[in-house]
Amino acid sequence: MAEINIQTVRKTFIGSKQPAVNDIDLTVANSEFMVLLGPSGCGKTTLLRMIAGLEYPDSGSILIGGRDVTDLPPRSRGIAMVFQSYAVFPHMTVYDNIAFGLRMHHASKSEISRKVERAADLLQLTPYLKRFSAQLSGGQRQRVAVARAIVMEPSVLLMDEPLSNLDALLRLNFRSELKKLVQEIKTTTIYVTHDQVEALSLGDRIAVMRDGEIVQCGTPMEIYSNPATEFIGGFIGNPPMNFLHGLLQRQNGRARVTVGDHVLEAPTTLAAHDGATVIVGIRAENIQAALQSVPDALAARAEVIEPVGSHMLITAVVGDQRVKVLTRADFPVETNGSLWLQPEWDKLRWFDPETHREIAAK
Amino acid sequence: MNTATVTKPAETGAPVVRRRARSRRHMLGRIGLYALAILITLFMLLPIYLIAVSAFSPQAKIYTFPKALIPHRSDLSTATFSFFIHSTGVPQSVRNSIVVGLGTLLLSTLIGAPAGLALARFFFRGRGAFQLFILSTRAFPGVILAIPLVVTFIRWNLYDKLLGVILVHTAFTLPTTILVMSSIFVSIPRDLEEAALTLGCTPFAAFWRIMLPLSLPGMAAVAIFTFVASWNEVFAATILTVKNRTLPAQVLASLNSSQLPYKFAGGFALVIPSLVFIFFMRRYLFNMWGRVVR
Ligand SMILES: Nc1ncnc2c1ncn2[C@@H]1O[C@H](COP(=O)(O)OP(=O)(O)O)[C@@H](O)[C@H]1O
Ligand SMILES: [Mg+2]
Repeated sequence: MAEINIQTVRKTFIGSKQPAVNDIDLTVANSEFMVLLGPSGCGKTTLLRMIAGLEYPDSGSILIGGRDVTDLPPRSRGIAMVFQSYAVFPHMTVYDNIAFGLRMHHASKSEISRKVERAADLLQLTPYLKRFSAQLSGGQRQRVAVARAIVMEPSVLLMDEPLSNLDALLRLNFRSELKKLVQEIKTTTIYVTHDQVEALSLGDRIAVMRDGEIVQCGTPMEIYSNPATEFIGGFIGNPPMNFLHGLLQRQNGRARVTVGDHVLEAPTTLAAHDGATVIVGIRAENIQAALQSVPDALAARAEVIEPVGSHMLITAVVGDQRVKVLTRADFPVETNGSLWLQPEWDKLRWFDPETHREIAAK
Repeated sequence: MNTATVTKPAETGAPVVRRRARSRRHMLGRIGLYALAILITLFMLLPIYLIAVSAFSPQAKIYTFPKALIPHRSDLSTATFSFFIHSTGVPQSVRNSIVVGLGTLLLSTLIGAPAGLALARFFFRGRGAFQLFILSTRAFPGVILAIPLVVTFIRWNLYDKLLGVILVHTAFTLPTTILVMSSIFVSIPRDLEEAALTLGCTPFAAFWRIMLPLSLPGMAAVAIFTFVASWNEVFAATILTVKNRTLPAQVLASLNSSQLPYKFAGGFALVIPSLVFIFFMRRYLFNMWGRVVR
């Protein structure tokens, strides 16, 4: 249990021009579950490995529980890590794998067996303690990797895409189990993933990374409903956020955005951008669809209709732009039928087409 | 192969026939492959077999030809072999060969394993050049070195000493040892070592507890390979020794003056270690090329 302070840490691999991690600052509170989320190659693993001490930063420092660990080897940092490949030792039984770290720290025999049994129990590994890695399924190997880490009672638990090698059903089950487990042991955790669903469901906070930088850090709800950039809105959520291009104009002190043939009311704070093109962001579930004409609604055509069980996913065409809309499952729309779309005004987000960043607060 | 066509009665005739034709062609291909494999095996095995049979024939029957495929019990005898074993110089040369083989194995492993580890795990300046250099020593013909080597060894008082032979054999086997060792270490995932580091190991402990046990089977294979290479080496052993001969050098030296039984028995004694090696190590050998063949 400890706070983690990452202070302007940078790492450029030999032979590459772009830094893999570019002056990142991040503070993870005691007992917090922090998710590093981003597309593959954005530097998540590199950052995690620097916290673990497996990679040495070019500059910056890393503090765990107030202690500067930048120059300490992995074994002296009070961390434990779950590797993406699990890295279960193939020449040891499950028991010996879980006991390995405790033995390295010269724990007594009785303490080792007590702790190993408890960890095995937590992760439902008790029947497999005498088996070798080759005799385990992928999911069981994964459990061994987690048990081996938590048995150390580390102050910081680091996990690198621990679920990415499991099949879909196992992943779903183990995700909720993992969440329960981490809540129980209350260890400060950094969890790396490229899967936004995992990030939203597990994280106390999410740090979204791109090209070696953290673009936004906040609670899952903040990130989901107030993405700081167009990239985040498009990366998080399924379907991704809709983006419509429009022209902003000032009229009588109010701001209006013309999208196709339609006019959307914009916050007055945007009035200063008179004459600029803006991007309007709106989530699929924040658009009301109607079959009859509604005042102030965008006229659209239902191009594709996909029932997704609990909902209906409609791809609608507004002018020459496409919009995804979620309706209730029995919404009686037909392919190529007419639709009127009414965005919830308070859910509209505004982005600058040049910087792709959000322009104004609500 | 036919069950597929039988269990699908709904299928129309034409594809079934075509499939049969294809499976027949497939069968013919396999038969050809097996025939070739058997031919090659016979080519390798026949001389070994003849040597073995002759080595264990009574002295009188060595010259009979053709030989029975499976020799009758009365045709078997250890007389020839024991005659060879007790010939002058042979017991001593067997002992020498064992000493040289073990010495080479030890030295070659002690130098080759760390060098292989360095190549596999560390990125140092000139790594590629070093790798090429190791390989290039294999291309250098040893014969050219013969005279300078003898001169140097006489000067260093290593001539006709087992230590001298050990040193030369180590030089011969080292390139292979280093490269195979490095491929063994490369095949062990880095993650395992790093996991050990995060679980409290020093770098040395991580090597000792993870890398070493996992590379041990491969290392054993390399060690035995080294031993066999040394056991079979004739050239250096012959030019560097006079009295302290290894077995191949001894056999070679007395080849012209000896009788046929001696030659057969000697040949067999030289082949044994290779056979034993291949028998026990074949799994690991195949493993080195990326897959296990049982
Ligand atoms: N050992 C390495 N040597 C050179 N480049 C590396 C190394 N590890 C990662 N990289 C590069 O650094 C960038 C970030 O990689 P990584 O941290 O693994 O991304 P992520 O985990 O987010 O997918 C990538 O462009 C990758 O190619
Ligand atoms: Mg990664």
